[in-house]
Order: sequence, then structure tokens, then C-alpha cells
Amino acid sequence: MKHPTPKATRHVNQNEGLIFEKSSPGKAAWKLPPLDVPEVDPAKLLGKAERKDLGSMPEVSEIEIIRHFTRLSTWNYAIDLGMYPLGSCTMKYNPRVNEVVARLEGIANGHPYQPEKISQGALRIIKTLSDCLLEITGMDAITLQPAAGAHGELTGLLMVRAYHEAKGNPRKKVLIPDSAHGTNPATAAMVGYAVENLKSNARGMVEVSALEAQMNEDVAALMLTNPNTLGVFEQEIHKIAEILHAKGGLLYMDGANMNALVGKVRPGDFGVDVMHLNLHKTFSTPHGGGGPGSGPVAIKKMLEPFLPKPVVISKPDGTLGFEYDRPQSVGRVRSFYGNFGMFVRALAYILANGPDGLRETTEDAVLNANYIRKGLEGTYDLPYATPSMHEVVFSDKLQTKKGVRTMDIAKRLIDYGFHPYTTAFPLIVPGALMIEPTESEGREELDLFVEAMKSIAQEVEEDPQTILDAPHTTRVSRLDETAAARKPVLRWKPA
Amino acid sequence: MLEAIGARSIDDLFAPIPAEYRLNRELKIPRQMAESEIVDWFQQRSKENGSEYASFLGAGAYMHYRPVIIDSLISRGEFLTAYTPYQAEISQGTLQAIFEFQTMICELTGMEVANASMYDGSTAAAEAAMMAVRVTGRSSVVVAKSLHPEYREVLATYAHHQGMPLATVGYADSGRIDPKELERTITPETACVLLQSPNFFGTIEDVAAVAEIAHNKGALLVVSIAEAVSLGIVEPPRDADIVAMEAQSFGVPVGFGGPYCGVIATREKYVRQMPGRLAGQTTDRNGKRGFVLTIATREQHIRREKATSNICTNQALVALMVNIFMNVYGKVGLRELAKQNLAKTAYAADQFGKHAQILFSAAPRFNEFVVKTSEDPYVINGRLLGHKLVGGLPLKKFYPELGNAALWCCTEMTTRTAIDTAAGMLAESEAEEPSGDRAVEEVAR
Repeated sequence: MKHPTPKATRHVNQNEGLIFEKSSPGKAAWKLPPLDVPEVDPAKLLGKAERKDLGSMPEVSEIEIIRHFTRLSTWNYAIDLGMYPLGSCTMKYNPRVNEVVARLEGIANGHPYQPEKISQGALRIIKTLSDCLLEITGMDAITLQPAAGAHGELTGLLMVRAYHEAKGNPRKKVLIPDSAHGTNPATAAMVGYAVENLKSNARGMVEVSALEAQMNEDVAALMLTNPNTLGVFEQEIHKIAEILHAKGGLLYMDGANMNALVGKVRPGDFGVDVMHLNLHKTFSTPHGGGGPGSGPVAIKKMLEPFLPKPVVISKPDGTLGFEYDRPQSVGRVRSFYGNFGMFVRALAYILANGPDGLRETTEDAVLNANYIRKGLEGTYDLPYATPSMHEVVFSDKLQTKKGVRTMDIAKRLIDYGFHPYTTAFPLIVPGALMIEPTESEGREELDLFVEAMKSIAQEVEEDPQTILDAPHTTRVSRLDETAAARKPVLRWKPA
Repeated sequence: MLEAIGARSIDDLFAPIPAEYRLNRELKIPRQMAESEIVDWFQQRSKENGSEYASFLGAGAYMHYRPVIIDSLISRGEFLTAYTPYQAEISQGTLQAIFEFQTMICELTGMEVANASMYDGSTAAAEAAMMAVRVTGRSSVVVAKSLHPEYREVLATYAHHQGMPLATVGYADSGRIDPKELERTITPETACVLLQSPNFFGTIEDVAAVAEIAHNKGALLVVSIAEAVSLGIVEPPRDADIVAMEAQSFGVPVGFGGPYCGVIATREKYVRQMPGRLAGQTTDRNGKRGFVLTIATREQHIRREKATSNICTNQALVALMVNIFMNVYGKVGLRELAKQNLAKTAYAADQFGKHAQILFSAAPRFNEFVVKTSEDPYVINGRLLGHKLVGGLPLKKFYPELGNAALWCCTEMTTRTAIDTAAGMLAESEAEEPSGDRAVEEVAR
């Protein structure tokens, strides 16, 4: 590398094949206890339903499994290795105490159908987390059932639709700004709404006059991310809410960026009617390589009858229980009560922070994003000068002159020991570099990041080919995604 | 840092938020706690949550042994604290693991392709039905009444706004779907028949026969599997077109209902209508094998409102637990594990059958069975609780027509002692004349 970095260096990396390639008959990693009841003859019990062959399922030893997955793990980048500045994804530190409490016996092994009187611990966790989230959002009621953010969107819009239906007209469409996450329009379609695009203005915000012109009695709701995907707070949020409410529409807030607001401002106070939270973003539950998430939906009073069932209630005797008799409910969106294990982790995070800690967390997240913005302004093009909250969006405009695009810069960042930022999103910024450091980073890591980004910008000028060929230090170079999609190989097959 | 930015105070950075909405007080939530206090608080909750009870509950959430290496491996920060593997060059660990997961799910289900995971079995079933609608261009779904009642509820929620009418088909005396009623219910608009096997009662369906009925009328067959361990010894639904699975049994804590691991598997020809992420094999610039997320043109971040589903975040880390579990037991162990489940269940059904009626005995079952008593099962369960046992799930709430029936489950974790104790209590209660004035203790929902 022309510009070495103090952040990372090369070291030996183990090769490892597919587990099937290590399999051979007779190897095993399991042992069952002796059976304390009589043996049975499967052929007799199952008849033709008996399975005789498990195909090419692997046969491997325990140490082979340990080594296999340990080796694979070393091929991943992770927050535990360093800054993971994926804008909008909020890759913050995942406290380990969360993992410990989620594995306590009664919490990990409680059965969802066990009697309520021996489920008070789980119910108390659900209730306490719900109360905390309601206070944080300034909303009136909540469901924790949705399994992820997009699932929360679905649940929220189902409630919006049920609300309008109860008033006699489900309405026809949902307004969605052009800066929105792809899940927003996909969700609206699943609930039977047409999607109408709302153009952003020169400051990267919803153009209030455009909203006014587009708003009518066919609009069920506006789905708005705030701060939006540019990391910009929608300053005219109160006017936006008024315009919607005047014509009977509802304001849905995508809470993907709630980590910019916690303890500083509450969506319920600025006119939001329904919103989802991502416990795996704002509340530190681990992303785990793509999930599990959890997407609670908080609502205002008028939407309460439509909550998914069951709902947790306090009973006259002081115990907690589930209420199923909810005639106006939108129904269930998931079996049982949602991703309970994530509730445990999110609540542990809230308890570890308390009111002051949560507020400081938000402040640090915004401070860090602005520190990076200041550090890289001038080096990279800043398409919107509007103040940034928890993330900052640059563009590759200055670098495209040399034929280098955002994805190339992202790949080069890997060589500097960082995970790339979010590329090519939001769609309103051509060649976007969306950077979100979160509160987890100290100044030293932020300085290394700024230094790396500046060094890459210099490399673009001096030797763009190095960037176009990046990454140079990973165990595989750029992978052929086109071939993967054209002739999909989605499973291993025996030779 | 403020100085570097050119701000005087932190509040300067929050100036874009209109002053009238800013929160000028601390949040009213519990005070900051030390780590020791947090552990203590949750330990109390754990104790209030039945930590000392042995349970006969199944019904979509199964207590199997979890090999310890699952948690050792998934606790590695490189798996735990990584994001969705969009940047393939530094996500090869997650991607290869998904590829292996997809392969093993195909092997076990008899399907040709499997996705990286869905939220759970219920949403997987609903999304599989919607997929069948896209594949066939037909609109309605025929669903077995013996599909998990909560899966049916989720399906109804999803179907409501999709213009996807649902028709339910009942079960015969065998516990299997009623074939005559099924014949009558399928119409030229039926996109798929959706049934579960082993079904909610533990009964193994005759999948081949149902497939023939569905296929003869141009409908697809979607099979939901809620108890993955059954795949070790029960013939997989090879005649199905889509399998919608819940893999919780494979090393995932019962955890009061989640997080679990849904999966959809299907035929290669339907892959472009499939929801959810897929990992595929490819090569890098030097011809070296590697893996990427692929066929993303189905997904919301590319297709937006025209996507096959809105799913984004899935259950990746849980799928990794499932993956490790499948490796631990493997080709031989999965069968032996399933066989132990079969033996425990056969023994329990025999013991219980001495004192009460076992329903649906004409067809084979896996690890669940329905026991009908003269006494209210809630009352029986109330007494069992005193012996630190959680009895079977009373079915009145979901199947009022079955009266005093309860769904009992045994796995390899169920001890003979627990079975004998429960059977003994059942004998006592069934020997007595049921008295009408005994207060029914409300012990379940």
C-alpha cells in the first residue's frame, strides 16, 4: 500500500473448505444419554413415513466444527474489530452483559405457553421495556410483536389501514419521500396501498408546499424517516404533521434513526401518530450478520384498539397477563410474542444507561458524525449543506472525475482496516457515501478514519487504479456478482 | 471535539430541532444501573419465570438439548457484531455459513433451494402462500385447520390486504387433513394448499396423497414444518413445491417465543419468486471461490414497491445456531436424536392411554399427541404445577370442538420420571368422578 495505516496490517489467515468437504463416515460430535424408556422400531411406528436416508448431511468431529466456524469467523469484519460506519444501520457496540442476562435459565428456557403465573418474569420484562420505550418516544401504546424494522412498518401500516377502515374509508395511497428506505414502499404495497413519491427540496427535506399540493383525502399516511436518510432533521415536522392531520391522514415515522433523538426530543411531541423502533439499531442488540432484529411499534391513543394481539395488561391482583379479546385488532403478525430475547437485551441496555446515559449517547453520536463531517469537508463533496445529526452523507462527485466511484472508495477503505460506509444510498444523492460512526467511537478511531478517507482521496488523484482494484488485502478480491446472479449456485452438491 | 467542529456546546448541534419540541427534562426511566445490578435484576425475573419446572409443552416451541459449542461459536464477535454481508470481501465467514445452511436445509427438506432465513415459521408460512400466488397467478389459499393456530392467524393478517381469500379444511378422525373436504374446497382459483406435517396435533400427514390432490387441480403444495427434529426420521415432503419451516428445534432456545428461525425452501424454477436473502457461490478476479448475496433484484432495496417481500433484516445469527446444531448431529445423529423423541412419545402415549383417551391414533405421529380427559385439563395442569411440572396445552381455546383435550409433547429431554408422575396424576384425576363445583384455577391463557 502506498499510504500505510496504523489501523491494520496483514497476517496469516487460515484457509477452510466447505464443511461437506471435510465430512467422512464415522465422525461425530454428538452423544445421547441412554434411553430411559423402551426402544422403538421406527418402521413399525412410522410405516412408509419413515425416512431412511439423510443425504449428504455432514459427519464431522467437534474440533472440526470449532475450527471450521472459528476460521470462517476470522474472515468477517465486525464492530468488535473496529469502527463500522454503515450509515442508517447504526453499528454500535453490543454490550456483553446483554448476552449474559438473555441466557439466564428462566429467560432462555421459558415456554411461550407456560401458565401466566409462572411467566411473571417474562411479562415484567415486556412491560418494563414497553414503559421505557413509551417514555422515550412520547407515544401512548406499543406492541413488541414485530420481528424486525420492516415487520414493524407492516404492523404500523396495518394499524393505519384499520384505523381508516373503521372510519369508513381505508384510503388509497401512502406518500413516501424519495430519500426513504426501500422497505417503506415495499411495505405500503403489502398493505394494499399505492405508493406516491414525495420529492425532497434543495435542503434535503420534505418540501412542505409539495406535500400540501399532494395531500388529499386519498392519502392514508406519510412515511417519514426523521432524521431522514441524509441525517437531516425535518425541521418543519410540525407543519408536515398539521398538513396530514388537516386532511385526516396520519404521520408514520420510520424510527431507523431514533438514535439521533433519544433523550433530546420525542416523536410523540412533534406530531407523529405511529412509529417503529429498531432494537438492533438504537438499543444495541447485536446485528448478528443480518439478524435477529426487533421492530416494536409505538402509537397514539386513537390507534390502540388496532394493536396486534395479544396485549400485555396489568390485572386487578397486581400480576401481569396477556389480553386476547381485542375485537378491532389487526390480528397477529408473528407467532407468540415477538423476538423476546431481543427485548431482554434492549432493556439491559436501557438500564445500563439510565436517563442521563441515553441522552449522552445521543449527544455523542451526533458529535461524532459532525466531527467526521468537519474532517472530510472539502475532501469529499457534501451535496447538502444542511446540518447533520447522527450521520453525514457525502458524494463521490470529486472522485468520479478520475473514474472512481463510491463503491471503489468503500472497497479501498477495507485495506485501511475499516468496514465501508453505506454506498449508493440514499437514492437522491448520486454516488452517496453515507457515514454513521455512532457514539461507540472515541476520537482516536475517528481520527484514523478521517485520515484513511483523506489518504484514499489522495490516492484517487495519484493512482486511481489502486482504488479501482481494491481491496488488496482481503482473502478474496472483488467477487463476480453478475455471474452469481446469472447462473445461481445456491447450494453445494456432491461431486 | 466541539472546538474542532466549531460548535460552542453540544446543544448547538441540536439546533435544527425546533426549540418547542426539545425535551428539557430527563427521561422518566429507571436510573443508570451497574452491571452487577443489571444481572441481579434479570436473575430475579428469571426466577419468576418457571426456571425450576419440567414441561410437556410443545406446540411450535420445542425444548431440545443445545450443544454448548453453539453459544461458544455464535458468541464470537466476528459473527455476533457483524452486519448483513453486503460487503462480500470482508463477510466471507457469514456468507459461507449461509451457503452451508442453505445446502443442509435443502438436504433435509428434499427441496432444491433454500433462503438464508425468515423471521419465524408463521411468517415463513404466510410468505410462502404469497409466493404461491405469484407463481401460479391464482389468488386464493386452502389451509389445513391442523396448521398451527397462530400460524393461521398470521396468515390471515397478511392475506387480508393481499386480496387473498382463505378457505379452511378440517381434519379427519385420523388427525390428518380430510381428503374429501380438501377435494371439494380446491377451486380453479386456488394457488396452493398449505398444511403442516407433523401437524399441530403431532400427526404426520400423507404428503404424497395431498400433493396429488393439489397438483391435479393445478395448485401448489406448501408444507409447513414446525418441529425440525422430525426431519431426522420422518420422510421429508419431497412432493411439496414450497417448504416453510421453523428451525427452532435445531439448537435455538425456547426463549419465551423468540427469536426463532423461519426458512423457505422450494424448487429451483421458483427461486425468483422467493422472498428473503440468498447466498450464492461465485469467483473473485483471480478465480478463487467466494460467496455473495445474490438475485437481489427480488428484494426491497432494489425493487422497492415491486419486491417479493418487504423483508430486510432476517434471523441470521439464529440461522447460525441452527447450522452448528445440524453439524453437531449430522447425518447419523439427527436420526438417533429423532428416534429418542419417538421412543419417549410412544412411551408417554402408552402410559397416558391407560387412563385417558389418546386422540388421532390411526396415523403415525412424531413427538406430540392429544390426550382427552373427563376433567378440565386446566384443573389437571393446576395440580401438576404443584409437582413442578407444566402439563400439556389445553386445546379448548383453539379447537373448542375437542372439549377437554390437551396437546402433550415429549422430546429427548423429557424424563421417564416426569412422564410417570404426570401419568400418575392423570390416573388419579380420571379415577375420581369429575365434580362440577371444583374451582377451576385459571393457570393458562
